[in-house]
Amino acid sequence: MALDRWIALILLGICFVYGYAAWFTMDGSLAPFMKRNPIWPSTFPKVLSVVGVFATLVILLGFEKHEAKEAEIDYRRLGDYFLGQALLLLALMVIYALSLRPLGFLFSTSAFLILGSFILGERKWYVMLPVAFIATGTVWYLVQEVLGIYMRPLPGFIGG
Amino acid sequence: MLEGLLIGLTTALSIQNLLMVVAGCLIGTFIGMLPGLGPMSIIAIMIPVAISMGDPSAALILLAGVYYGAIFGGSTSAILLNAPGVAGTVASSFDGYPMARQGRAGKALTIAAIASFAGGTIGALLLMIFAPALSSVALLFHSAEYFALMVVGLSAIAAFAGTGQVAKAMIMTILGLIMATVGEGALFNLPRFTMGVMDLQSGFGFITLAMAMFALPEALFLVLKPKKIEGDDGQIKDLRITRSEARAIAPVVGRQSLQGFFIGVLPGAGATIASFLGYAVERNIAPKHEQEEFGNGSIKGLAAPETANNAACTGSFVPLLTLGIPGSGTTAILLGALIALNVTPGPRLMLDEPQIFWAVIMSMFIGNLVLLILNLPLIPYIAKVLAVPRNYLIPFILFFTLMGAYIGQNNATELLILVGFGIAATALKFADYPLAPLLIGFILGGMMEDNFARSMQLYDGIAFIWERPMTLALLVIAAGLVILPSLRARLKS
Repeated sequence: MALDRWIALILLGICFVYGYAAWFTMDGSLAPFMKRNPIWPSTFPKVLSVVGVFATLVILLGFEKHEAKEAEIDYRRLGDYFLGQALLLLALMVIYALSLRPLGFLFSTSAFLILGSFILGERKWYVMLPVAFIATGTVWYLVQEVLGIYMRPLPGFIGG
Repeated sequence: MLEGLLIGLTTALSIQNLLMVVAGCLIGTFIGMLPGLGPMSIIAIMIPVAISMGDPSAALILLAGVYYGAIFGGSTSAILLNAPGVAGTVASSFDGYPMARQGRAGKALTIAAIASFAGGTIGALLLMIFAPALSSVALLFHSAEYFALMVVGLSAIAAFAGTGQVAKAMIMTILGLIMATVGEGALFNLPRFTMGVMDLQSGFGFITLAMAMFALPEALFLVLKPKKIEGDDGQIKDLRITRSEARAIAPVVGRQSLQGFFIGVLPGAGATIASFLGYAVERNIAPKHEQEEFGNGSIKGLAAPETANNAACTGSFVPLLTLGIPGSGTTAILLGALIALNVTPGPRLMLDEPQIFWAVIMSMFIGNLVLLILNLPLIPYIAKVLAVPRNYLIPFILFFTLMGAYIGQNNATELLILVGFGIAATALKFADYPLAPLLIGFILGGMMEDNFARSMQLYDGIAFIWERPMTLALLVIAAGLVILPSLRARLKS
């Protein structure tokens, strides 16, 4: 089965779970006075679940004809591309998300930019380090000092 | 009207107000380029500055300049990085980004600047002429018509997705609408589909979703398959648009200025619907061979949403200034600023404080001109972003993507949601599912349900569909938009 149909199958599952919640679980906790209203919190989701199931079935059962066209990236040959770099960058993003608060903006962002370039193959430290530090400092200054949006600059344990 | 125009011109051309326009446009353009900071956030940030000036005309002129600048700045990041920070510029990335990838970044930015200028200027002209009359037309649209109008907009997006893509676009739209129902809506005051997760109480963030659908998959694709950006290498040689290109986009600009303006007038519609509808309409009426260019770097595909969103921004001032009803989140913030400045927008504004009403209109003309004068010479420098080596550019795109989501919600969980959605969006992109309809469904979902619920309450059920002829007509159009392309494809085969 082609990837688009597998995805349609997953989306069908999502629509079923969503529809189940809308049709069978949401209305149970509704206050009696709300039940007299013509519209309930579940009304719109109920409509969406039905249309969603219908649309996914059209793809799954192949009702709509379409011409196969060459994809930008062939998912069946992911090993031929720079998959390792992509996965490492995703992992780096997750680590950055988790470290932004405890380590502070300045440290975590500089590390993110340096490691990001390093993963992609950059080895010119004399460029990487100043670029990362200047960019981090500038963005922090603009966001915190000019726009007034608070971002803890330093790790909590050194008073950030 | 002539007297009002003269009053407005005198006020807008004072040194202080001219400086306000220039400052507003510059601030808006540069901050608007940062994904995550759309006009709404920038205007909100600028309100204390505007109020501290004490002069309502100058304050409103500054904020209007920021508004225009932010829309243009948002287009720049949409075109160069495929990272539209504002919903109204999502459609600009459909053809703007492919143009940049083909080495036509300079041309794309020039078209965006000119189309924005034309849309904004024609919009201001229309505002001047039609403001009083349009306010009464806008009042004819009730929640049932707004709901139907949004159904038409979403159906048009699915219908014009291309051969064999209608069902995929439709399911993506539904998925967007489903995601919009997560969280505690104002309508029912009940958390829905949050699965007990506190961070989902306020729903998914628009910026998070926009970044996950566009910027992140694009950056991951650039990592997986490095591509050289042809042509420019940061040396923008191709700024000018040729005579034939100008001839091609002129009718688009004319049509979309009108359409965008009138959509902008409808409260609740705004720049986003205007840009998507503008794109869909132009694609549909283009000759067959040009239709295939849409999505692959069509100049018409870029000019249409750029013109429409600026014209709609101008149009959205009609309900604000004449009725006191904000047509969008941004104008709602402007309304807050006006009230803080002791100005009550409404039908009497034109009579009681004509200098404010007309000065704002005149400053729109000046603002658009200032934006064009400022931005055209800056284009070669702005487009140099593309000449940054991949090893530096990609971490920066990822960083701005994360920052956009973080600044918008100030919540680290949002970053994890972004990464998760980004991975899902990349898988969808592998399978050739269009991602824009998901985002459009998400943006319109809340408004659509609100209007649907209000209509249901007013008519005690779904009777509004057949009891309001305009609603019925719009829904018939929507059904036709979805059914006809499939029927045509079946008949052909």
